[in-house]
Amino acid sequence: MSKALDLVTRVRGVRGAMLVSAEDGLVVAEQLMEGIKGPAVAALAASLAGRLRRAMDAAGTGGAVFWHLQAEQGALLVVPGSGLLVVAVTEPDVNIGLVRLELLRAAETAL
Amino acid sequence: MADDVRALSAQLAQDPQSLVFLGLGEALRRKGQLEAALRVAMNGLERHPHLADAHDLLARILTDKHDYERAFDEWDMAVRIAPHHTGALKGLAFLYFKVGDVAQAEAHLEQARKVEPDDPSIDQAIAMMRKGVGPPSPVPGAAASIAAPSPPSAAPSPVPSGLDEARVFAGLEGANEGLLLIDSAGRVLGGALRDKAGSDVTDSVAAYLAGVSQEAARTAKLLGLGAWNGLSAEGQHGNVHLAHPTAEALLLVVRERGMPLGRLAILAQRASTMARRWLEQQ
Repeated sequence: MSKALDLVTRVRGVRGAMLVSAEDGLVVAEQLMEGIKGPAVAALAASLAGRLRRAMDAAGTGGAVFWHLQAEQGALLVVPGSGLLVVAVTEPDVNIGLVRLELLRAAETAL
Repeated sequence: MADDVRALSAQLAQDPQSLVFLGLGEALRRKGQLEAALRVAMNGLERHPHLADAHDLLARILTDKHDYERAFDEWDMAVRIAPHHTGALKGLAFLYFKVGDVAQAEAHLEQARKVEPDDPSIDQAIAMMRKGVGPPSPVPGAAASIAAPSPPSAAPSPVPSGLDEARVFAGLEGANEGLLLIDSAGRVLGGALRDKAGSDVTDSVAAYLAGVSQEAARTAKLLGLGAWNGLSAEGQHGNVHLAHPTAEALLLVVRERGMPLGRLAILAQRASTMARRWLEQQ
């Protein structure tokens, strides 16, 4: 699992990566820079993932395979898998496309 | 009671798509097995996301867990799906009373009374509230002494009347489909959505989006990321982008899977600009 997270955290601008249990929002594995609160990130990502899934199901697009919350000072990127979420917290000017690819690779490795 | 749980668990195992989870979740809740009840309710909701009773069950469990904010969201969702759901109306009344909004509490109880005029518990709750005692918890066993967080305002925000909805996105690529503008309470301002089968899913998606937006704002804020300005998602059968053209409005763009997220974001940006202008004109 650590190797899977390495794929993500080596991308420039990524402040941390985690594996999170989708059901209860608990941290399964993490590689985070100092100052990032892992349990909070995990809980919030899982909660938002659940709400987004319901909205997307209602819209008929099926479950999310990748999602990306953009904010003024950074972003949260998530790849949901079977019962787990692969999560990255990034700086605002990160290469989103590259992080997405590494998250998908990490998900293949870890899930 | 233990036999009930065993029997219901067996029934649910035999037919996971059935509505037995409602009875099982409630039985577990009454036994105080809240984590197990929560799992049952969440699993049930995944299979039946548009079932008001499932949201009501989850709200009762969350109230037992003193998670009043999420309980409010779930009862609110139940009422959006089934406006005459008296359990949810009573639940919302209870939470409003707990935060001191007696007017909203009474309004919700009055709504419930219109639906079930012969239910004596509603009259009792209204009478108790007028005496300042407060309506009884709709959730037996819920602690009533803990202050609830302020729920999002359910008071209708002003929606301009006579909106020419069809003109919001006029001239934009795909203006007639896959674009939805809603207010912060999840009410449709313009646009429409249909699923692959052609069914109108506008209202249900709008109801869910309000919750997504609140959660996105909370997530960005608590993670120290500042204000959120967009949420993109790739789905198995389509891609979506959520933006907020104004503080009080949300815009959803849904497109087929083939449209890359970057292009979707550009389209959403254009649609946001149009929506902002249109809202200013109202």
